[in-house]
Order: sequence, then C-alpha cells, then structure tokens
Amino acid sequence: MSPPPPTFDFDGQAIPFRPGQSVGAALLAAGIRSWRTTRVGGRPRGMFCGIGVCFDCLVIVDGQPNQRACLVPARAETDVRRQEGSGHGNLS
Amino acid sequence: MCHIAPVPAAPDVVVIGAGVVGAACAWHAARAGLRVTVVDRGPVASGTTGAGEGNILVSDKPAGPELELALLSARLWSDLAAELGGFEHHDKGGLVVAASESAHQNLLDTGLGQQAAGVTATPVAPDDLPGYEPHLAGDLAGGMYYPQDAQVQPMLAAARMLADARGHGGAELRTGVQVTGLLRDGERVVGVDTTSGSIPAAAVVNAAGTWGGQVAELAGVHLPVLPRRGFVLVTEPVPVLVRHKVYAAEYVSDVASADAGLHTSPVVEGTDAGPILIGSSRERVGFDRSMPAEILRTLAAAAVRLFPVLARVNVIRAYRGFRPYCPDHLPVIGPDPRAPGLWHACGHEGAGVCLAAATGHVIAASLAGRSTEVDLVPFRPERFG
Ligand SMILES: Cc1cc2nc3c(=O)[nH]c(=O)nc-3n(C[C@H](O)[C@H](O)[C@H](O)COP(=O)(O)OP(=O)(O)OC[C@H]3O[C@@H](n4cnc5c(N)ncnc54)[C@H](O)[C@@H]3O)c2cc1C
Ligand code: FES
Repeated sequence: MSPPPPTFDFDGQAIPFRPGQSVGAALLAAGIRSWRTTRVGGRPRGMFCGIGVCFDCLVIVDGQPNQRACLVPARAETDVRRQEGSGHGNLS
Repeated sequence: MCHIAPVPAAPDVVVIGAGVVGAACAWHAARAGLRVTVVDRGPVASGTTGAGEGNILVSDKPAGPELELALLSARLWSDLAAELGGFEHHDKGGLVVAASESAHQNLLDTGLGQQAAGVTATPVAPDDLPGYEPHLAGDLAGGMYYPQDAQVQPMLAAARMLADARGHGGAELRTGVQVTGLLRDGERVVGVDTTSGSIPAAAVVNAAGTWGGQVAELAGVHLPVLPRRGFVLVTEPVPVLVRHKVYAAEYVSDVASADAGLHTSPVVEGTDAGPILIGSSRERVGFDRSMPAEILRTLAAAAVRLFPVLARVNVIRAYRGFRPYCPDHLPVIGPDPRAPGLWHACGHEGAGVCLAAATGHVIAASLAGRSTEVDLVPFRPERFG
C-alpha cells in the first residue's frame, strides 16, 4: 500500500496534496471553493484565473496575508488560514 | 433628402491638455459662458495627473503667492466637491511631524508666517501626537496640525470636471489629438493645428503640464518647464492606519530645493480603496523612466520610520511621474504678452492638483476680461526672460 499523501494545515483541517501542487489547487481538490472574503462586501472568493494574475485567491500563508493560493506551492509545514478582508485587521 | 452636417461653431477657447489643470480651466471657462474645446494627445489624465498623488496642501507652502493661490484653491475644491462630487475629496487635515528639535523649531517658525497669511496651524506637543495618529513613532519632537489640508483623487477630479463641462457647459473633448502648431494672424495666436486638422479659436490655453515648454515653443516663446521625477509606493490594502496626510518637516525644504540631485522625505497617506501611498522623492533626471530599487527602498524605510506598523505591510507596486518644474518653483499662469491670444496654465510642479481649481478660476476670469481673485504678476509667463 502506498503511504498516505502529505498534508498541510488549513484552519485546523489537514489538506492532502501532491508534490508540486499549489495551495489553491489542493484546497479545490479537497472541495474547498472559497477561502477569503472581500474587503467591502464580505463576499466569498477563491480561485479565479489560477495563474497569478487576478489576485482573487488571496490567503494567509505562514502569517503573511495576501498570498496568492494559486502560486504558493503546498508543503507539509505550510500553515494556511482563511483571510478576512484585507487580512490586516490585527494591525489597526 | 439631403442632410447638411452642421458646421461646428469655432470655440472661443482651445485648452491644450486634459490633465487636472486643463480640466479645471475648461470647467471654469465653460461656467463663465465660453465655448471650450479641450484637446489631448492621449486620454484624460494621461500625463502627470495620472502619475502623482492628490494632496491639496497649504501646510507645505510658506507665506507668499503660491500659498495665496493654494488657499483660494482649497476653498474652490471644497465648493466643487459639494457641487459635483465623485472624486474622493476629503477634508482630512495634514499633520507635519519633526524628528529633531531643530526641524521642530523650523516647523514652528514656518507656522507663524503661515498663520499671518490666513492658514490655521496648530502646534501639537509630542504627547498629543498619538491622539492624531495612533500608529506614529513614539520618539518625535513634535508636530503641526493643518486642518485646511485635503485630498482628492486627481484622475477622477479631472474626469468629473470634463464630464460636467461637456454635459452642462457644452464643451467638446478631443482625445488622441496632438497639437502640432499654433495658428497665427500676425502676432496673434488664433487657434491650434493638430494631427486631426486645425481648430480656430479666439484664445488658446497651454495646460500641457510638464510639456508646457514645448507648446510655448510652438508659439516661439520661451518657458523653462522641466521634468522633476518623483516615485510613489503603493501598499496592499489595510484598515485605516493613517488618518491624515502625514509628512516629515524636512519635506518642505526638499520641495523648495533648487538642486538637481535626489531628495527624499517621507509623505504618507491612506486612500479610500485601502492602500497607503508613500512618497516622496524629487530629482531632475529628464524623462528617465527607470525605477532604481534604491530609491524605492529609501522611501519605504522612511515611511516605516514614521509609522513602524508599516514594516508588516507589503508594497504591491510603485509608479513614477514627472512634475512640471519651473526654476522659481512657481507655476506659469496668465496671458502671454509675447504671443497675444495665448494663455499659460502650466508648470505647477508638485502642486498642480492642489492649485488646479484656483488656476482654472483665474484663467477663466482672465479669458473673460475680468479681474482675477489673486494677483497674477508673480506667475507671469515672461518673467524668465
Ligand atoms: C510622484 C508625484 C506626486 C505628486 N503629488 C502631488 C500632490 O500630492 N498634490 C499635488 O497638488 N500635486 C502633486 N503632484 C504634481 C501633480 O501631479 C502635477 O502638478 C499635475 O498633475 C499637473 O497637471 P497638469 O494638468 O498641468 O499636467 P498633466 O496632467 O501632465 O496634463 C498635461 C496634458 O497635456 C497633454 N499634452 C502635452 N503636450 C500636448 C500636445 N502637444 N498636444 C496635445 N496634448 C498635449 C498631455 O498628454 C497631458 O495629458 C505630484 C506629482 C508626482 C510626479
Ligand atoms: S486565482 Fe487569479 S491570482 Fe490566483
């Protein structure tokens, strides 16, 4: 039997990924379609262009908000969190 | 059936340039009942108006003719915001802070002169700074609060004024049309030649910003308008961290400097959309569009020095623009006696947005043959010889 796939942590949930897969692709594969809310309307957002252009897929990676989930490579040690609005709410 | 296309009546005024200054000239001239045509070789706000910031500052101007113009302009911008709106006008007030005792003393001295000229300037003790800006560094020597400082979004402001001049004032806007020459009748300027034909007009206003010297050359007159490069950093959107327009006292001497070398001083402000804008740099390097990382790094470091919280915020982009610089730091506003029929409204350097409203107001008055609300002698085009 092959070993279980590696996972990363997404708000406490273990998300499996294949080596080379992006955080966004792994989230989608796990059935998670949105991981951020917009700043003004609080609307759900997830992957849109999938190629790093639209900035819709922003997510908090290792404490750093506004990372593009479609570009950040998934790694076992990566800590991924949902982002609310600007993701900088803790600064004000 | 036969359709005869109406021959458009010649405008009273052609305004060259659809930046914030040209837009203000067009708006005020249309308001004064003149038929206006605005031409720009690019789209609206494609010059420096789309490459700067939108601070309306009385705080950075020592007592003198530019301050007088700025005070009138600040009032006119408020009126325009009430009447037209739609360009993110905020009466946010400015806070100038000093890191050293000597800079603080200069700030207080400048404030005294400004107060005598009608500016409200309130000294702020170091202990009171957090009440104005909670995230400001804790080791500053003091500050000065200027409630008359305000902010607009310059591209929106230009677009709104032009839309209103067209909608209500019957003005015509022709973008993608470059002025290549001026029509003359003897000495008089009687219209413009363009890449799309000639436009006769009783008066021509040169609102070509940093390219105002080139337009003047078309009339055979000399105007020393030179580019003074400046960079702006844009951060990712953040909650409200910076409430006022905040800048370091050294900014004022940087603005007034005549030397061509690089000057930087931190200028920080929030925007409606969330990003924080960080300036400012000044240098005369022609129209060099390169973007030295070293300058961007210096700007970022200086902003973090004022607001340590910004160390945790990313810069997402930077842009540069070329301020229309005149050697005496004053704009060129008014009729040119060397080329009757030609008015100038250019060379506003780093204050063109601020001064646009008043510039449009006095240009319209001058075109209509009325007296202007401020004395135009310090701004006269022939002063450079
Ligand atoms: C980094 C930076 C920050 C700044 N911050 C501020 C600030 O906070 N507050 C402030 O008040 N000012 C600021 N400024 C300055 C301000 O942006 C300018 O003074 C102002 O935009 C000038 O407006 P303008 O309409 O005169 O020129 P422009 O906006 O440059 O408009 C001139 C127009 O003329 C057109 N044109 C030129 N030649 C021709 C031709 N031959 N035929 C047809 N069209 C022609 C151009 O295409 C252009 O659109 C800043 C500038 C920079 C670079
Ligand atoms: S989905 Fe468009 S940038 Fe990531």
